[in-house]
Amino acid sequence: MLELIGYADKFSVAPGEAIEFKVSAFKGQRFRAEIVRLIHGDANPEGPGYKHAPVPSPIEGEYQGRNQPIRAGSFGVVPHHPAFAALESFTLMAMVWPTTPAKGRQAILALGDDLALAIGDKGGLVGQIGATTLESEAPLHERHWYLAALTFDATTGTATLIQRPLLAYPGGADAAMASASATRPDLAGADLLIAAEGSPRRSHLNGKIDSPRLLARALPPERLEALLVRPLPADLLPDLAFAFDFAQGTRTTRIHDTGPHKLEGQLEHLPARAMKGWCWSGEEMCWWRKPEHYGAIHFHADDLFDAGWATDFAFTVPDDLRSGVYAAHVWCGDAEDGTQEDLIPFFVRPKRGDRDRPKLAFLAPTAAYMAYANDQNHIKGDAAEMVIGRLVTYQPSDIFLYDHPELGLSLYDRHADGSGVCYSSRHRPILNMRPKYSSWLGATGSGLWQFNADLHITDWLESHMAVEFDVITDEDLHAEGLALLEPYDVVITGTHPEYHSTHMWDAMRAWIDRGGRLMYVAANGWYWRIAFHDELDGVIEVRRAEDGIRTWEADPGEYHHSFTGEYGGLWRRQGRPPQALLGIGFMAQGFDICSYYRRQPDSHDPRAAFVFEGVEDDIIGDFGLIGGGAAGLELDAIRHDLGTPPHTLVLASSEAHSDVIMLVNEEFGVVPPNLKGSEHPNVRADMTFFDTAAGGAVFATGSIAWCGSLSWNGYDNNVSRITGNVLRRFLDPTPFS
Amino acid sequence: MRYQIQPEDRMLVDEFRQNPYGRHSPGLLRVLNRMRGAPLDGKYVLVCTKPFKEWKLAIHGDRKRPIEILHDHVFKSREEAEWAVFKLRWKALTGEELN
Repeated sequence: MLELIGYADKFSVAPGEAIEFKVSAFKGQRFRAEIVRLIHGDANPEGPGYKHAPVPSPIEGEYQGRNQPIRAGSFGVVPHHPAFAALESFTLMAMVWPTTPAKGRQAILALGDDLALAIGDKGGLVGQIGATTLESEAPLHERHWYLAALTFDATTGTATLIQRPLLAYPGGADAAMASASATRPDLAGADLLIAAEGSPRRSHLNGKIDSPRLLARALPPERLEALLVRPLPADLLPDLAFAFDFAQGTRTTRIHDTGPHKLEGQLEHLPARAMKGWCWSGEEMCWWRKPEHYGAIHFHADDLFDAGWATDFAFTVPDDLRSGVYAAHVWCGDAEDGTQEDLIPFFVRPKRGDRDRPKLAFLAPTAAYMAYANDQNHIKGDAAEMVIGRLVTYQPSDIFLYDHPELGLSLYDRHADGSGVCYSSRHRPILNMRPKYSSWLGATGSGLWQFNADLHITDWLESHMAVEFDVITDEDLHAEGLALLEPYDVVITGTHPEYHSTHMWDAMRAWIDRGGRLMYVAANGWYWRIAFHDELDGVIEVRRAEDGIRTWEADPGEYHHSFTGEYGGLWRRQGRPPQALLGIGFMAQGFDICSYYRRQPDSHDPRAAFVFEGVEDDIIGDFGLIGGGAAGLELDAIRHDLGTPPHTLVLASSEAHSDVIMLVNEEFGVVPPNLKGSEHPNVRADMTFFDTAAGGAVFATGSIAWCGSLSWNGYDNNVSRITGNVLRRFLDPTPFS
Repeated sequence: MRYQIQPEDRMLVDEFRQNPYGRHSPGLLRVLNRMRGAPLDGKYVLVCTKPFKEWKLAIHGDRKRPIEILHDHVFKSREEAEWAVFKLRWKALTGEELN
């Protein structure tokens, strides 16, 4: 199995800046390191083969490795306050919505080692005060709200645990109350932990917590609900120690107390915020319009924001290093199956503020790389083999991921409790974003997907076209907007640029409207709206709302991003279908084999003559490293009613797809029986071109597989020819009409 | 309900053997969906042991058990593996041995 893996503190780095690399060598082996420029990541012997070029640098050398573990699981921590230690009698309470109550011990609120309100091994609540443990014999129901409270009356030495469901079923089997004698807990120096306990953190909760309360008085059980009333009843105010309102600071990682001490806490590993609370009624679907209904945080034992590893070496990018795709190559042996090396990718972007650049930029879809980071649908999905129409193939890194769920999830996964993963970060090893990696998803042949497939493009630009280009990334585009694109006449995308923030979308639109020329050699682009965090770098959010190809569905009322407050979901559902930006939009998907295009009448329009210069063939791309054809995996087509510009030329369309490729679900309302590739007329890729009033243009291929055909036959083929014709013409400033 | 393989599906076996991937008749795709839709626990997967050169059959454990690699089921191509797994699944679903 894998012997060492690593990650960097950033994806994109500019000359003059440093990037830090963090490696875990599981047996503490020594390892060697070097910087390489990645040229071609596809090791398929039918293509150019794997290629990288060493970059001499001061980091080259041997390092003493160390095992760096990952501790997943989100929680909150509130530093000790003297009010905790001063407690005599008290009521500790929260509303809780458990999602895996049968999992074993899960902490709700813990103060030091002496006081905890938790879910116990029997699936009911547990209260712990010093040496006394109170346990409910009544298991909690999944996804039901409960009032959970632990009271202690110092005058009688009596502790009471209350488990009170909000919904009552006949028999009332999930309500419970237990009392016992206890002694006052020692809370000197105790921090408050939320959804975990102990050090190192353990007993992580799967589920929601809302409205944690601490009152310096033992409330009788029948008065507990008074702690949820706003404003708090006047007679309770003198004893209030804290009353957290998780609806405050939703866009941050801080939590806030509305009580007299104004406590503040920190959330670790990004539990889900902007979550419906215990009192959500459905009258409002947006968290910031009615925050009092969104007082919950959903914690997961498998949340991971930052692996937190120590840095092994840092590389300062020299001023003269050309922009491009690079990797830190670390290795402790030369096993043929790649298990003794890792190649940690990064992108050298142009120097900040330098506007004298080449005319062409490759926009690396790093938001999509983050979205797919450590995707586990081949590990956890029954349907994976049907969707790809062939046996699921595991690489050694897939087996490693199978064995190590703590590496964290992708935006395609569900948490262990079944809830969707709405945040994904790059502060961890991302095993499916590697050169040489073949993905389960990427069709027969090379089987590439996302990052490694995109190296087909940069290889073609360098090895075949010998053209100068910069590499910029989605994160740069989000941060800098239009200014990042302005130096370039032409931008070429990755194969599957699916995820865009509002700022990214606006910047691309503005650049095209000002004369930018976009080569969208891809499919299923500009599909999901995402959000970046105000304070944390390298993390994105998606809410799989309403519609679209969804591996999970956001719950009703949870369609708005917590990072921005924006309404999430498909860009199509924001009134911005991909067709309006690119000419084409998502139509079909299936991951077995790929097919070819047939030229359409518009290909003979004089406006498109430059595209087919030197191409006599009627059939385009009936070959390739990805699925044996240029049209496949995911397909885009025109729809004038969704915004395809009226003067768009449809140059070629794909045909003869297999029946594993089917129409995507946002393309139909009533389910028709002819969704499959051999039957539905819209299961096709359209290759399109249109120009804009300001002299800009968009060329689109509508297929994720397109770039897998570029290198076929030593780059001498009609896919390479067409793409090259377009690139040359787009770089020529002459207007189109 | 899940499709049950019928005696007349026997005529589809050659179609799969000739071409394990891609454009299949509706009848064959129905048989394949039955086979490929099996639950993860105990499902066959391939493990690539030498990139683009060698694959081994393995059994998925639904993360309750490690992936079990069957070291005596070694393939030089993925097509060869598809046929081997088809035969195993056909046997399991119909009781019939294919050659």
